[in-house]
Amino acid sequence: MVAIWILVFREVLEAAMIVSIVAAATRGVAGRWRWIGSGIGLGCAGAAIVAAGAERLAAAMSGMGQEWFNAGVLLAATAMIGWHVVWMARHGKQLAMDAGRFGDDVSAGRRPLTALMVVVALAVLREGSEVVLFGYGMFAGGSSSGGLWTGGLLGVLSGAAAGAAMYAGLLRIPMRHFFRATNGLLILLAAGLAAAAAGFLNQADVLPTLANPLWDSSWLLTDDAWLGRTLHALIGYTAQPTGMQVSFYVAVVGLLSGGARLAAPRRESISAVPTPST
Amino acid sequence: MSKSVALTFALLVASVASVAWANEPPEIHLVIRGHRFVPTELKVPANTKIKLIVVNQDATPEEFESHELNREKVVTGGGTIPVYVGPLRPGRYPFFGDFHADTAQGALLAQ
Repeated sequence: MVAIWILVFREVLEAAMIVSIVAAATRGVAGRWRWIGSGIGLGCAGAAIVAAGAERLAAAMSGMGQEWFNAGVLLAATAMIGWHVVWMARHGKQLAMDAGRFGDDVSAGRRPLTALMVVVALAVLREGSEVVLFGYGMFAGGSSSGGLWTGGLLGVLSGAAAGAAMYAGLLRIPMRHFFRATNGLLILLAAGLAAAAAGFLNQADVLPTLANPLWDSSWLLTDDAWLGRTLHALIGYTAQPTGMQVSFYVAVVGLLSGGARLAAPRRESISAVPTPST
Repeated sequence: MSKSVALTFALLVASVASVAWANEPPEIHLVIRGHRFVPTELKVPANTKIKLIVVNQDATPEEFESHELNREKVVTGGGTIPVYVGPLRPGRYPFFGDFHADTAQGALLAQ
């Protein structure tokens, strides 16, 4: 039961970190929990479908179907985050200013929500499909269904709790830095997802590694450690990345920060409200 | 005239085939049985790209995973998956089965 709890917790943790960043980044937008909830629901449905088709997927693309699918899902999530980040850079200051009067801006807020809902759905789909396969294996292998359900539920609850803790922590960032901080976190998240995609394309022998590995930081923090896993989920930390993974990471950070800077409206100061002359 | 054409054609096919064969990495089998890897220590040639063929003889799925090799792939019950690995510098590269990590432990020995 404990083994199931730990494995489910690990997978849910990865998705929960993404959900917490998305939830923080959409602070103030009306109805966002419904969107996030829909994303999670869609992701769960998708996870079941992916798990059911696992054998066919594995056989596709000359046996590299899993690698292509994972890379595709990860790159789609990267693109969605990228779109959101650039969109927020253009409109975000306005939304931050009106952070109280969102009724008018619900339609304006809705567009980035779709992108982030897809990001949440894709994250839950990826991690969830592993949980479904694992759970099915445990069930078919004769584990007691009581232990299975208890372990699984505990895993989901503890993962969700970790996500809630991260979300609460993010909310403590002072308002004047808040959206820049969450934007930065989203960029790092996107970069991490892109690096993971590069890893799968290396695995599929479709992209060269360039260096394998480029460095080894497992003396500092291993992939297995809880901090290592959390940082992997948040910012894509890997102890032994290939050169191609690092290239993807740097490229995405560059593209999205540059894109956000270019998209930002000319007017710098939010607080520049003309004071009436006395 | 037709004999030389046939000979040329045969030589062409042979050279293309030999190039194709040269490019295919050697296949090395790894079996999962009773939630364990067989063998637990698998010798592989160093500095060569290899194609690990993971055969899951159990009825339930397993996930072949390794941080050192940077590999993560699910193999369904009774399934077989190819996993490209390497070129590896000489050394020991542990891997495990994520779904049964307590028993499914192994390592590639690149030499």
